[in-house]
Amino acid sequence: MELLNLFITAVFIENLALSFFLGMCTFLAISKKIETAIGLGIAVVVVQSLTVPLNNLINHYLLAEGALAWAGLPDVDLSFLGFLSFIGLIAAAVQVLEMFLDRYVPALYNALGIFLPLITVNCAILGGTLFMVERDYTFAESVVYGVGSGLGWALAIVLMAAVREKLKYADIPAGLQGLGSAFMTAGLMALGFMAFSGLKL
Amino acid sequence: MSNSETFNLKAIWALPNDDLRKIVAVALVVCFFCAALVSATVVALRPLQQHNQAAFRAKNIVEVAGIWQPGSPISPAEALKSLEQVWVELGTGRVLDTPPPLPADPQKIARDPNWSQPLARSEDPARIKRQPKVMPVYLKRDANGKVTVIVLPIHGSGLWSTMWGFLALEGDGTTIRGLKFYQQAETPGLGGEVENPKWRALWHGKRAFDEQGQVAIHVVKGRVDPNTPEAQFAVDGLAGATLTSKGVDQTVRFWLSERAYGPFLQSLRSKGDGQ
Amino acid sequence: MSEIKKTLTQPIVANNPIILQVLGICSALAVTSKLSTALTMAIALTLVTAFSNLFISLIREHIPGSIRIIIQMTIISTLVIVVDQFLKAFAFEISRELSVFVGLIITNCIVMGRAEAYAMSHPPVASFWDGIGNGLGYSAILLTVGFVRELLGSGTLFGYPVLLTVNDGGWYVPNGLLLLPPSAFFLIGLIIWAVRTGQPKQRETAEFRVRPAPQSEGV
Repeated sequence: MELLNLFITAVFIENLALSFFLGMCTFLAISKKIETAIGLGIAVVVVQSLTVPLNNLINHYLLAEGALAWAGLPDVDLSFLGFLSFIGLIAAAVQVLEMFLDRYVPALYNALGIFLPLITVNCAILGGTLFMVERDYTFAESVVYGVGSGLGWALAIVLMAAVREKLKYADIPAGLQGLGSAFMTAGLMALGFMAFSGLKL
Repeated sequence: MSNSETFNLKAIWALPNDDLRKIVAVALVVCFFCAALVSATVVALRPLQQHNQAAFRAKNIVEVAGIWQPGSPISPAEALKSLEQVWVELGTGRVLDTPPPLPADPQKIARDPNWSQPLARSEDPARIKRQPKVMPVYLKRDANGKVTVIVLPIHGSGLWSTMWGFLALEGDGTTIRGLKFYQQAETPGLGGEVENPKWRALWHGKRAFDEQGQVAIHVVKGRVDPNTPEAQFAVDGLAGATLTSKGVDQTVRFWLSERAYGPFLQSLRSKGDGQ
Repeated sequence: MSEIKKTLTQPIVANNPIILQVLGICSALAVTSKLSTALTMAIALTLVTAFSNLFISLIREHIPGSIRIIIQMTIISTLVIVVDQFLKAFAFEISRELSVFVGLIITNCIVMGRAEAYAMSHPPVASFWDGIGNGLGYSAILLTVGFVRELLGSGTLFGYPVLLTVNDGGWYVPNGLLLLPPSAFFLIGLIIWAVRTGQPKQRETAEFRVRPAPQSEGV
């Protein structure tokens, strides 16, 4: 029950894109077409579901204060290496996933291929990991949070693309065409998502 | 360059970039330099950071206790020396004779599996999930050893975030001296106003417990009517921040209750001298 | 010299990383409700971009293509950790407010984007100035947004009261919307509109045009 609540919270209430504004660069740049938005969204869900739990293990057994107790080093605190290890794992996971898909699931690779390298620098991925560390999730919680926050981000970008596809037909002042109107749209969507604020599950 | 020296750095450097040996060498060199730079910075700056953290804690404690303001001639750390730190067992009010092997940091205690216990939803109004078993409490005594100020660390959920703060009481164990949240991420301008000095000043002089010793302090929605007898137990809510106000209300009431500091404050009140 | 000046000033308006290259937006939204955090973030990012460009450019001819991204990431995150540690040591309270956003400089696409687009193919000194220039472009937007949001949202600048708010006994009713992150979207959208009005070259052409209403006779 707790986990289901965490899942819903991660998808809607604490939506990484529209409540915390993470992954905005790709969010605004790759949301012109629904098909590409869906492809990128799936890639984010996959990578997020892998990296948040993996980073949770790294943090719990290697980096956190007292985490090296199993190795007989209870006083070592390596948490300052956090950023370096997490981003390293994300970059490596993306690279391995790319090779794996290329070799075994070429159809999926062709669909997601071009989005995978983009994901390393998507701050929603690193942000998810950092929130996981800050909130001290257990392993089970981190799996749920990874899947949920990834889905939330995917949902947001697909919605955004849907709006922008319609906006193409609107008569917008020349200076606002494209990026300017995308910013305004994202702002309005974020205000909409603020309606979830304060829901406690 | 002799080609027998496989580990000659210059020879490796001259290899084409896609050679496996070159890839490994570049990776190792980059890792080594980065690791050295990070470690050196961390080691060099750690004392300064620890000093900052201690100063920040000290500042919050002495400020809520009302014995230090910004601009005071002495440093917060200096002012903190006039307070005595005791470890109180929550729920029983027992003062521990020997300090537990814990840092005096509520955030660390609340996470420590040996020194905190999970709370069921029904008994967790402040939504903190785990209740610490002990907490460091700060007491100021006058020349006769009578307690004049009590500073209690508290925390609880607001709208968005866990709010961490201190609640200060007079030596009578019921009159409030001050409330300060030092870490929160509530909506800026609305719930974030919990840090506004004007609002914090409203707490000063309110009474936490009624005549029967029940927790009576609460945050009302809107403004307190000063003409009712209830006014001494009530604080104005924050405008436009109903849920943050409710969070503060639940947090303060939870920490003053029987489950937390209640018994400790009860013993202070009944003994009168805090001993 | 004029080359350097061009590298330095180009990204501020004409080729701004945020409003034209669509890079580094996340932090622009999250840290701009106050000028002090916006300024700290701007300085931190400018330094990280400049030095990561410098170091990556120094070893650019020896970076193997297959591990390029990881090498760049390692260098960038090293610099970010160093900056984070310095902030914790010398600007403790601001670093508390910035929380995870300092760490997120690692994935700020400006740093990575400039490393990939400029430093990998240009000499160290020019790369360094390119980093500074792009950092300044980012700073310009951050400070503009931070200025408007803090002044109208809380009536202060750098924490000093400018417009005395009602809560403090003054006359100004602060506009709470500007303290909420979505307002940064609107402000940046307006800035883009303003810049593109002045620089028509940057405008995007509409894919569809509304056809003028046919001239009809009578009603």
